[in-house]
Amino acid sequence: MKVKYDKSKGLTDKPLSYCPGCTHGIIHKLVAESLVELEILDKAIAIASVGCSVFSYEFFNCDAQQAPHGRACALATGVKRVLPDNIVFTYQGDGDLASIGIAETIHAANRGENITVIFVNNAIYGMTGGQMAPTSLIGQKTTTSQDGRTQALHGNPIHISEMFSTIKGVAYLERVSVHNPKNVMKAKKAIKKAFEYQKANKGFTMIEIVSTCPVNWGVKPVDALKWVESDLIPEFPLGVFKDKGDQNE
Amino acid sequence: MAKVLMKGNEALALAAIKGGVDAFYGYPITPQNEVPEYLSKHLIDAGKVFLQAESEVAAINMVYGAAGAGKRVMTSSSSPGIALKQEGISYIAAAELPCVISSVMRGGPGLGSIQPAQGDYYQATRGGGNGDYKLIVYAPESIQETIDIMKDAFNVADFYRNPVLVLIDGLIGQMMESVDFDRPVKERKLPVKDWATTGTKDHPGRRNVANSLHIDAQELEDQNIHLQEKYALIAKNETQHEMINMENPDYVIVAYGTMARICRSAIKELKAKGISVGMIRPITLLPYPKLAFNMIPETTKGILCCELSMGQMLDDVLISNKGRHKVGFFGRSGGMLPDPSEIVDAIENFSDKVVE
Amino acid sequence: MNSASNIKVAGFGGQGVMMFGQILAYSATKDELFGLWFPSYGPETRGGTANCSVIVSNEEINSPIFKNSDHLVAFNGPSLEKFKKNVSPKGLILYNSSIITEAPKGCDQTCLGVPINDIAIELGNAKVANMVMMGAYLELTKMFSDETILAVVKKILGEKKAHLLELNEKALEAGKAFVRNASISYA
Repeated sequence: MKVKYDKSKGLTDKPLSYCPGCTHGIIHKLVAESLVELEILDKAIAIASVGCSVFSYEFFNCDAQQAPHGRACALATGVKRVLPDNIVFTYQGDGDLASIGIAETIHAANRGENITVIFVNNAIYGMTGGQMAPTSLIGQKTTTSQDGRTQALHGNPIHISEMFSTIKGVAYLERVSVHNPKNVMKAKKAIKKAFEYQKANKGFTMIEIVSTCPVNWGVKPVDALKWVESDLIPEFPLGVFKDKGDQNE
Repeated sequence: MAKVLMKGNEALALAAIKGGVDAFYGYPITPQNEVPEYLSKHLIDAGKVFLQAESEVAAINMVYGAAGAGKRVMTSSSSPGIALKQEGISYIAAAELPCVISSVMRGGPGLGSIQPAQGDYYQATRGGGNGDYKLIVYAPESIQETIDIMKDAFNVADFYRNPVLVLIDGLIGQMMESVDFDRPVKERKLPVKDWATTGTKDHPGRRNVANSLHIDAQELEDQNIHLQEKYALIAKNETQHEMINMENPDYVIVAYGTMARICRSAIKELKAKGISVGMIRPITLLPYPKLAFNMIPETTKGILCCELSMGQMLDDVLISNKGRHKVGFFGRSGGMLPDPSEIVDAIENFSDKVVE
Repeated sequence: MNSASNIKVAGFGGQGVMMFGQILAYSATKDELFGLWFPSYGPETRGGTANCSVIVSNEEINSPIFKNSDHLVAFNGPSLEKFKKNVSPKGLILYNSSIITEAPKGCDQTCLGVPINDIAIELGNAKVANMVMMGAYLELTKMFSDETILAVVKKILGEKKAHLLELNEKALEAGKAFVRNASISYA
């Protein structure tokens, strides 16, 4: 029998720890496939963050470091500066990147660190149990905004890709989603392109992926995908925010 | 080589280069700015890595990354900056990554002052990071000793896979002394860094992971037991102190860093007055030279702990003394530096200084 | 020279006070003695008072901090006022008589005013006033040879300012000549 589809060699055999209906698994697969297809898996160093993806160092089939909360881009900088020929990427959620780690992320981008950031935005803190994230929507009910997020009390959801598009050191920046097959294909293309840019020493690349959290959103997995389409994407529109193309740093 | 006159901070930086530093990540803070300034020129000229980070927090985490990658890496800061690095230091210690941190102490608490002080003994030896971790903390008393220790610091860090903190006060950082960079360094047989995250291409079939997360309780306890065994080995092998005039002293002074040097002069003055005073000078503050206190004769009338703080090492003196002798304390803080006559007074009026 | 000399150098920021002290410490190092220098200044360095402490010793230096100095070199009035009370009884006080017009009263130490600004201006560059003071200081203390001092000054000036060496040498000599003419000595 011919094998038509197999698990990516870019992932270990460790069972994923993510909840049913969460799209972290798809995103892991896309990153792993990209590393394998570009033949960079054996020189890749993954920087895991704190949050639901805290265990990602166990899932990516390459060397890895586990960062303190928010500091993934600092670790990545530390690694990449001493190992410039390796491929270094961070895998971070919205709490880790857009709240506690925003300074490290902005400055890594501004320095044009030749690293790739995989930024998974599901508008909530998953690991700690559904607290409000910096990207939670106005009106979104979370365990720390029980009557819904309000602008007056909590401010507006933060738009990372829009902000980072103004930073000169950014070589490539796209917001994608994985809520249906067409978008999964697009997301894969974006992630692969980011790693290609890193291979070509073009500078900082970040792919923001709008993701789901059915458990903490309190909806069924299928409805979570629908909510991505109906609510999240209107707030966080998909598209390329920056592409330096052939320009080098 | 002939001696050269050099500022403490610059000498520390040059000694780090002599010690084989590959990368430096840091953030400006007075009174240690000459360390990154010197390295920004000389490391980059040597094709090594220098990066001014966006904060102390980022800097220590860059250190984590580069240490995990197997390189000899350091950061430098001063008291409030070291406070910010504590989280990262705990993670680095937990992940058993070698690195060197230098701290040039200034007055505290809070923003304090930029004058020399020793108010960060607790910070250095107890730390503000979470969990059961320990650093190896050196407290040199001169620029020469700072150089000698810095040259060996990366070897010690690599040997034990542990962060090393070199703690000096702002006076050592800012003053200039005649120093020799060519004194010999202890030979150490260093293990290969087969744990470094350099890509699986370098170690096919094995993934290297730098990590401090052990979600399984037994696994974490086992790791803590392993760490404690390592710390015990460090205590056995690396504890350093100097004993001065311990034949039959009337009093014994315990002091480190600049304070120890001030006390050396005081001891000479006291000798001229017919008072015999010895000194225990811890060179490692962690591990602390507890056993040295067993050498204090029964006939000694008391121990005077002298610090440029309100009394922090005093705790370790009390622990090490085990109630055998009377213990007194003399301290100045905030950047006030005593001259030797104040120590002479304190010994002559020892009974006023007794705390226990 | 005594086994160790504690020296306090003080004045306005910009008068070359720190450099004066450093030249002594560099010279000690060059002569294979022990030299130690440390600054004490705050935000007032610009136009305010700045001072540094220097120890030159033929044995290893213990305390960097000293209460009484053997030598005080005061470049302005406030410095003289502040530090003269902490000069050893057998010590030496040198002060800048171009701006300190009244000699200090009731001091037992060897005490000499040198009009360093006037002498420097005569030489054509007010900036070498500190080297005039250095000449006076060395003539009295005999701490270092001309050869040592000039080698140190040459190194500090570097290639860029090498043309200033001659002027510095003249300033040094002018300071020495002033002391000789004042017929004063210090053991």
